[in-house]
Amino acid sequence: MEWVNAIVQGILLGGLFALFATGLSLAFGVMRFGNLAHGDLAILAAFLAVSFASTLDVNPFVTMALVVPIMAAGGYVLQRFGFNWSIGADPLPSILVTFGLAVVIQNALLEQYSADSQGLDVGSFETRSIEFTDDIAVGWFPVLILGVAVVVLVGLQLFLSFTRMGRAFRATSDNPSTARLMGINDRNIYAVVMAIAFATVAVAGLFLGIRQTFGPTDGPAQLIFAFEAVVIGGLGSLWGTLLGGIILGVAQTVGNQVDVEYNVLSGPLFGHLIFLVVLAVRPSGLLGRSQQ
Amino acid sequence: MSGYRISRRTPESTVGLIGFGALVVVLATLPWWDSDGSLQTPLVAILYYLALAQMWNLLAGFAGLVSIGQQMFVGIGVYGLLQMAEVGGVDPYVAIPLAGLLAAGLSIPVAAFAFRLRGGYFAIGTWVVAEVMRLLTTESNDFRGGDVRALTRESLGGYSLETRTNSVYWLALALAVGGTAIVVLVLRSRLGLALRAARDNEGGARSLGVSIGRAQLITWVVVAFWTGCTGAVILLHTTSTTAGSAFSVTRWTALVIFMVVIGGVGSTTGPIIGVLVYWIIDEQLGDADAWRFIILGGIAAVMATVAPKGVYGLLQQWRPLQFFPVRRRLAGGPSTNTPPQAAEPEVVVEEGQ
Repeated sequence: MEWVNAIVQGILLGGLFALFATGLSLAFGVMRFGNLAHGDLAILAAFLAVSFASTLDVNPFVTMALVVPIMAAGGYVLQRFGFNWSIGADPLPSILVTFGLAVVIQNALLEQYSADSQGLDVGSFETRSIEFTDDIAVGWFPVLILGVAVVVLVGLQLFLSFTRMGRAFRATSDNPSTARLMGINDRNIYAVVMAIAFATVAVAGLFLGIRQTFGPTDGPAQLIFAFEAVVIGGLGSLWGTLLGGIILGVAQTVGNQVDVEYNVLSGPLFGHLIFLVVLAVRPSGLLGRSQQ
Repeated sequence: MSGYRISRRTPESTVGLIGFGALVVVLATLPWWDSDGSLQTPLVAILYYLALAQMWNLLAGFAGLVSIGQQMFVGIGVYGLLQMAEVGGVDPYVAIPLAGLLAAGLSIPVAAFAFRLRGGYFAIGTWVVAEVMRLLTTESNDFRGGDVRALTRESLGGYSLETRTNSVYWLALALAVGGTAIVVLVLRSRLGLALRAARDNEGGARSLGVSIGRAQLITWVVVAFWTGCTGAVILLHTTSTTAGSAFSVTRWTALVIFMVVIGGVGSTTGPIIGVLVYWIIDEQLGDADAWRFIILGGIAAVMATVAPKGVYGLLQQWRPLQFFPVRRRLAGGPSTNTPPQAAEPEVVVEEGQ
């Protein structure tokens, strides 16, 4: 029964990973932009929520109304007046810029908030759960996270499929210069993509902060989990991202279970190994478009 | 026709080579005239950072392999030497090249995974592999990476402290000079020609029969070897380690990247400038660790956007000097009796720097 519980918890954890992965996947899909600061941005959002929650004396859930728009605006401005300069055929500048930003965010947080772990306290909701059997209990909060992840991914899919802007996203992704000829302002598209990416990663960061304690240097681990979810699911597939998140989540909770019983592998390590297996066996990911 | 010849030499490259040679001689004799070690002690770290910087630059600046996982090779070097000296009883100096070979050997299966990813995802992929190695080292009962482990006096081979201090310094110097030489030699070989052809126009290079994957793999393995050797020397310098510090992304990759980006990525002189700039900034900052990263990371991020060729690139705009020439130029010509200044390079065969 512990194993069944581990799998159920893993699926729920997968929702969080999928939410982390959405923005990374979108930015890479539309503009081949691998944002190495992605995880640190989530942690930054969580720290912003800590500050707002304490100065305004409100529930961390309420701070989402402030943190998400601020992060989205930050994403737009940063892309429009910064990252756009580094986009091109050569991926090197974009990697260097975002890696530099990642290190700056980590150390600025360290300087501002110290290395102590922080948490976001949302009251009793965090621990409330439905018990199915003695061994299997499903928390309301993890269910909420998975639900939000599904809603975000469905919404994004609908947006890409049926709106004018979504069509512009896909056109720019396929061929930026032709899209430009058709009157699409690709610089603006990129900035909107980054705003969406920042908004989703802010939500993910807040959920992470409510779920567990976090510190200024936790960003890279989140980047790596998000990246693994993207690659397992398949590049360029939003449903793949959800599936990849869930597989990674299950791998980690099952890995932790193995660790408890046999003391050989920790959860994250087990997740990394699953990622490497997928990369070796099916490099285009489970639901990805096959590469040439 | 026969008057043409391919040349790499420039007047300043001759000056550069003589100056570099003289500098190496001065640095090599340092233990005899810097008796209190005030220059020798900080130089050890600067020199092995130069070796790491040259190696990362060879990958990212020339081979198109932007790795964020260099700490894996340092870590393999550190733990390779530790295990060989502690458990195997191998002389630590013999263990240095063996640790490098270990890193080179392990880099091949790593490439089998990481080379399936491109650009930004290759960067994160190498980081994941390094992370896996860190976790395995931490959790393994053989490596005990979670504990602080130190080289004991016996495993250090019974050499005196003075011998060890000086030999670590000379080894670091050899790694730095050798690393620079490796980059220059690779770039002047057919391999380097293939790499730069691929970097400038991948499709064009492929259509001319350049095997890009092979050229990248060879470079990857060479870099793994030299970075692994550097890791082993780093352990001889510090004599103790944990998995966290041996596989540290900030120490062995982030700082190295910042140095190269500030100095100038994609040139052989750039990393040298970058390491010197780092040394100056580092001396000013002292212990302010967080600020050091904020300042260096910030400069590097801004540099990568506005001056992608770094300080060296800015110098090039001012005076196009080549101290380590890797660019082939067409010199001479039918009228070989013209004075040398008329034989200015008209055709730049290959954009190398």
